[in-house]
Amino acid sequence: MAYSEKVIEHAENPRNVGTLDKEDPNVGTGLVGAPACGDVMRLQIKVSDAGVIEDAKFKTFGCGSAIASSSLATEWLKGRTLDEASEIRNTDIVKELNLPPVKIHCSVLAEDAIKSAIEDFRKKQSAKRGA
Amino acid sequence: MSLKFPIYMDNHATTPMDPRVLEAMLPYFTEHYGNAASRSHRFGWVAEEAVGYAREQIATLIGADKPEEIIFTSGATESNNLAIKGVAEFYRDKGNHIITTKIEHKAVLDTCKRLEKEGYEVTYLDVGPEGVVSVDDVRAAMTDKTILVSVMLANNEVGTIQPLKEIGALCKERGVIFHTDAVQGIGKTEFNVKEMGVDLASITAHKIYGPKGVGALYVRRARPRVRLTAQIDGGGHERGNRSGTLNVPGIVGFGKACEILNKEWREESKRVKALRDRLKDKLFAELDECHINGAWDDARRLPNNLNCSFSYVEGEGLMMAIKDVAVSSGSACTSSSLEPSYVLRALGVEEELAHTSIRFGLGRFTTEEEVDYVAKLVVDKVKKLRDLSPLYEMAREGVNLKDIVWAAH
Repeated sequence: MAYSEKVIEHAENPRNVGTLDKEDPNVGTGLVGAPACGDVMRLQIKVSDAGVIEDAKFKTFGCGSAIASSSLATEWLKGRTLDEASEIRNTDIVKELNLPPVKIHCSVLAEDAIKSAIEDFRKKQSAKRGA
Repeated sequence: MSLKFPIYMDNHATTPMDPRVLEAMLPYFTEHYGNAASRSHRFGWVAEEAVGYAREQIATLIGADKPEEIIFTSGATESNNLAIKGVAEFYRDKGNHIITTKIEHKAVLDTCKRLEKEGYEVTYLDVGPEGVVSVDDVRAAMTDKTILVSVMLANNEVGTIQPLKEIGALCKERGVIFHTDAVQGIGKTEFNVKEMGVDLASITAHKIYGPKGVGALYVRRARPRVRLTAQIDGGGHERGNRSGTLNVPGIVGFGKACEILNKEWREESKRVKALRDRLKDKLFAELDECHINGAWDDARRLPNNLNCSFSYVEGEGLMMAIKDVAVSSGSACTSSSLEPSYVLRALGVEEELAHTSIRFGLGRFTTEEEVDYVAKLVVDKVKKLRDLSPLYEMAREGVNLKDIVWAAH
């Protein structure tokens, strides 16, 4: 299968690779996928007190399309509010990266990772308020 | 010598044609273009003679008694279909049971599945982590209904060599026909139909530096004489076993490819094995957590095969990172089914590791310079992708990945 130029570009120069402190109350972590299925994404966001995502990092075990999908997601997340972030759809990623049908699950995984990171952050926040 | 890109290390999939083979073929396209079945003129005679010569070249390489034991086909997929379906149909009155292994090529497995739908019974033997079938398991699976055993010479993914001689002896003892898909092993490891007691053998030209689109089925004609029901009807070519005009240029090239192997394969295998070992040593010296899939000793593995898993790095992701190098992976992402390799699963390789496997297939034209380049590139990219892998980070932190409840998707 031939890859789109955008997938190759992201896979070769992935943006925002790294790790944020998952104990930080302002950091939300999403870990989705499974090693047995051949892809695992960990996406992290750091949210300011004003509710804006000021940093996003990822690490991905997976094929080039999975790496590209998560790399793109981190680019899109930075500067968005949580509500804006949760509007990102996998179809947006498919479109931007020209993913073929067999790679759509990579974009679904990226959307799941975003949602899961936001959820983790919100859980932490409500736990903090409750404490 | 400077490197030429992309570098080809996928010689299990196909091989480049040897220029000597091409040279032998060329006159048979434009000059000697006769139909080998034309008995009435010179064009036909020349073609028939060339085909006869190729039969001898092929028969010599595999140790067949007579050139007439070689039946030409379009390739090994057809040879496997003809051997298995042909025997099953012809010997239906004798029995309906076939024994094979879980690591055969799809051309064998899917043919067997088809026969199951038609009322045959098939035993698919396990192979264990070494990727080698046990002769005792073959013996134990035999019943008085067993008509055919089909076991490959060497596996196309992990390169493991099967104990054909022992299985051949067992089949003789029990009066069962023995077929082997010899595609991957020919010219890389010992193969002799007489010494191994093989009754039927599928081979193909394009894996031995010959052209695509031409293969052969060896069919033993004495002790025992093996009979087949033809699967393609028509003009009665190949003694009625396989109708269809012969691909004369392809057959000439096939013959030439076998002649070259007959002279050179031992030397070539030594050279290729040294390169393969060099590649493996360099990778394993620089990278931790690499795992060989299947047996590694010389007796049980082809000299040109390296199949290993680089933990925490997904195979297709790695292939993309080394896109100037042609290799293949057992990762799910490379197949349309999204299932990891059935061969690796049959070896008991965990799915996590199957997704991280890469198959290197070296060949006649692989150079030391290429090996060194590929080794360095793979080391660099595996390290880079591990830096990108959440699994590698978690493993380094001491997290047992098996303790995590992963959401299957």
